[in-house]
Amino acid sequence: MNQGRKEIIQVVFVVVAVIFLLKLFIIQVIDRSYADLADTNAIRKDVLYPVRGLILDRNGKLMVYNNPEYDLLIILKEVDYLDTARFCHVFDITPEQLRASFESLYTDIRNRRASELQPTPFIKQLSNRDFAKIQDHIDEFEGFYIQARTTRAYSSPAMANAIGYVSEITKNQLNNDSTNFYRQGDYIGQSGLEAFYETYLRGTRGVRYQLRNKDGIIKGPYKDGRYDTLSVPGQDLYSTIDINLQEYGEYLMKGKSGSIIAIEPATGEILSMVSGPSYDPAMLTGRNYSSNFQLISNDTNKPLFNRPLMAQYRPGSIFKIAQSMVALQEGVLTPETRIRCNRAIIDCHGDHTNEDLRGAITHSCNPYFREALRRMLNQGASNDPYEDTRIGLTKWAKHIESFGFGDPLGIDLPNEKGGLVPSPAYYDRAYGGRPWKFSNIYSISIGEGENLVVPLQMANFVSIIANRGYYYTPHLVSSIGKSGIPLSQYQEKHYTSIDPEHFQVAVDAMERVVAAGTGQFRAKLKDIIVCGKTGTVQNDPLPDHSVFIAFAPKENPKIAVSVYVEDAGQGARAAASIASLMIEKYLIGETQRPIIEDYVLRGQFLY
Amino acid sequence: MMREEKISNRMDWITVLLYGIIVFWGWLNIFSVTYEENQFILDPSINSGRQLIFIGSSIAIIMFILIIDMRFYETFAWVIYGAVLFLCLIVVFTGHEVGGNQAWLRIGSFGFQPSEFAKFATALVVAKYISTVGFRMDQFRNQVALFAIILAPMLIILLQKDTGTALVFSAFVLVFYREGMSPFLILVGIGITIIFILTLLVENEYILFAIIGCVWLTLLLLGKKKRRRITIITVAALMLMGTIKSVDFVFNNVLQEHQQKRIRVLLNPDLDQLGAGYHVYQSKVAIGSGGKYGKGFLKGTQTKLKFVPEQSTDFIFCTIGEEHGWIGSFLVISLFMALLFRIVYLAERQKSRFARVYGYSVACILFFHFTINIGMTIGLFPVIGIPLPFFSYGGSSLWGFTILLFILLKLDAHRLQVLDRV
Repeated sequence: MNQGRKEIIQVVFVVVAVIFLLKLFIIQVIDRSYADLADTNAIRKDVLYPVRGLILDRNGKLMVYNNPEYDLLIILKEVDYLDTARFCHVFDITPEQLRASFESLYTDIRNRRASELQPTPFIKQLSNRDFAKIQDHIDEFEGFYIQARTTRAYSSPAMANAIGYVSEITKNQLNNDSTNFYRQGDYIGQSGLEAFYETYLRGTRGVRYQLRNKDGIIKGPYKDGRYDTLSVPGQDLYSTIDINLQEYGEYLMKGKSGSIIAIEPATGEILSMVSGPSYDPAMLTGRNYSSNFQLISNDTNKPLFNRPLMAQYRPGSIFKIAQSMVALQEGVLTPETRIRCNRAIIDCHGDHTNEDLRGAITHSCNPYFREALRRMLNQGASNDPYEDTRIGLTKWAKHIESFGFGDPLGIDLPNEKGGLVPSPAYYDRAYGGRPWKFSNIYSISIGEGENLVVPLQMANFVSIIANRGYYYTPHLVSSIGKSGIPLSQYQEKHYTSIDPEHFQVAVDAMERVVAAGTGQFRAKLKDIIVCGKTGTVQNDPLPDHSVFIAFAPKENPKIAVSVYVEDAGQGARAAASIASLMIEKYLIGETQRPIIEDYVLRGQFLY
Repeated sequence: MMREEKISNRMDWITVLLYGIIVFWGWLNIFSVTYEENQFILDPSINSGRQLIFIGSSIAIIMFILIIDMRFYETFAWVIYGAVLFLCLIVVFTGHEVGGNQAWLRIGSFGFQPSEFAKFATALVVAKYISTVGFRMDQFRNQVALFAIILAPMLIILLQKDTGTALVFSAFVLVFYREGMSPFLILVGIGITIIFILTLLVENEYILFAIIGCVWLTLLLLGKKKRRRITIITVAALMLMGTIKSVDFVFNNVLQEHQQKRIRVLLNPDLDQLGAGYHVYQSKVAIGSGGKYGKGFLKGTQTKLKFVPEQSTDFIFCTIGEEHGWIGSFLVISLFMALLFRIVYLAERQKSRFARVYGYSVACILFFHFTINIGMTIGLFPVIGIPLPFFSYGGSSLWGFTILLFILLKLDAHRLQVLDRV
């Protein structure tokens, strides 16, 4: 009656064993994902953040360094119970903020951007003062850990725009990071030198793997630390900036809009680069980054707008020097050529009638340069006056561009603008196909009209004059780490299309501008020959912009300066004063003309 | 003459050897779970040290079992059964709660789980009852009596909130089947389980109704149209639908909340990896991470770092899976298969029905533990906390299984002295 039941029972045993072995084969041998899961379970990975490179000025003074900062991390799985009232008290946050933090954590976990098993940033950038208090209480809160990192600190409130700022990487930046270097929550240079030299400054992250048990308690290194790496600090940047000169420039620019750029002509090293108005870089570090960023970016004075590189202005009369060089090179003028100051077509100023080239520069004679440009553009290459102007303008634009106008120079900062050198194609577009000739476009002869330059290009231009015909691309970093050399593009000498012998005329004329011309009252220094040129740029209906370019001393120039002060009237006033004070400060070390300094600081330039 | 022969010559040493290997390997694994650097396997403050004490005392128990006259077990079956059930009842009222189960009796500092002993006691009574002269499995009265014998300990243990151990007694159904009970009951049990799971899986119960309706119609139209057949098919279909309707009720009202969760997790393993699904998830991760050959003895990270809960007791198999890989799992399963087959072989060679039924009871109880325990660690069964026999840490369970097995070996050693009464 019970035949075969013994066998059936044994078959049942075997079937169960076979099912088990198959299932085990699937999870142990075929599906390898469990091995990874086991690793994330048991191995705690700590990222060791490298110290970001420092930034020093040209005399080795520390400009940017690092302050320790602390993030509060959470391992959600380890949080069994949380006394929220106590938590809010210790960490000095409101229950709403705590709830918001948890909600964003849950969202991240749902979207698999975070894991409940891994440490995840919960409150970022506890300040130093907070940390002292928190350190004593962190043990009360299971599942919470402190992670040390560093945040940027500045020894001076100067140079904010050129240095730039560092903040947490944005989602877009993370998505666009093709090198896959960054992780969420990483810090990245967002502007200025911090952004341009990001790859040098950031260093290399290290990692430490440790075994931990289910309570997160560390049980020692994983495989004796075989896979651990140390973090490598970022490289320091040796800047070309003279921080004293920079601070002085910002002091002078207080309350004004505009820029000062000072360059060492022989090397292209930028000695100072002032953008006014500015902000305190310390505002964009630490816990209050977001609120301060809102504040600064909503400021109607646009402190984040880096004027030396980004503000495109008409150059004004300083452009007459470039016109002179082009005319000499093209042979349409000689230094001795005299042209009558015919004020019927274009207005002029001052007391002169029939100057040669030097005199025309000294007195900034508008009719002279109108006529010079006419000769340059209409050289008789074609009988058609329209075609003739096209040919002339094409040549002219090529020369002008060789001074570094019309395109970004390639400074070691992001977001540099190029200005505009009008070409025939530009006027074709502007005139919508209607014909144009010299009489339509002559205002470019005196730096008005369609020309646009950025202040950095003006400074580079005056460096070229100081160097008598060449330049090094202006740059802010002379050495990355201990290399002692700047990036290769800053070691290359650029010549203009003008023969060097023509520059002496410009140098002589600029000397006379300061010695006896428009710049004599405020730009002249006692023992140093300053060569300069004023510019007063029309800015209807607002007051004119005040422009001055200068270099000194005349022989072996050590400093070339361009100053652009918005809405400040004549170039001989605000800009000339500031430029000469900068030269004085750099070459002598202090100002010997307190009256001029007071004049600048008072800021009353319109009268 | 045979009486004078030494018991050592009549012992089934193959079983003893298998028992020894499993216990020893289990002990090594318990050490591996608790292992921390510079720890000594015999340190009595850790589980492996204590387990060695349990193993030592088990040997004493074995001696005792072998010395006692073999007739004692049959004669005093009811007394033992009564005594153990009484202890279990005491536990219900005075018991000490461990891990949600109120199954522990405290004597001084010593915890002790009487329900572990209810298994061999019930096996003895079942064997004794079935071997009674005049017992017929096809008699309804006898069937009722048998089910009463296994239901009594089940209910008492359920009162201790130890569902796992209570369920072990259903293993006796397989013994009854071997002794001639109609397989109908087992099939109905399996069928109800399938329907239960289907109902939980399929959101809309009307789909199931529709399927049953279709099958019912097909059977009606295809088969012979005898009245008896139509009645049976129709009643069966209605009963099925009733079962489906009652599943929700049973699920929500009869099962405890954590049991509901465990079943839901089984059906949908990703449901709650940190809550109810945590055990199974971590257990699968541990076993799965072992790979083909495992991470090596004492080198498992998951078990060592205590990700798997209750790893020296109910989840001891994780350590095997993690540290010894699929090969290790294969060896453990093979060892248990060898033991089960040996026990069935021993049972079949008994001359007395008592010894044979007892032998099958041993096999079926061990098989049930083996199936549920390993099945739950790899996510095939809901988490029901019952130990892996001889392997899991714990005194009561080791003693309970040792007694269970060695009574059989004692009976087997004297099998030739028994007069065939059947």
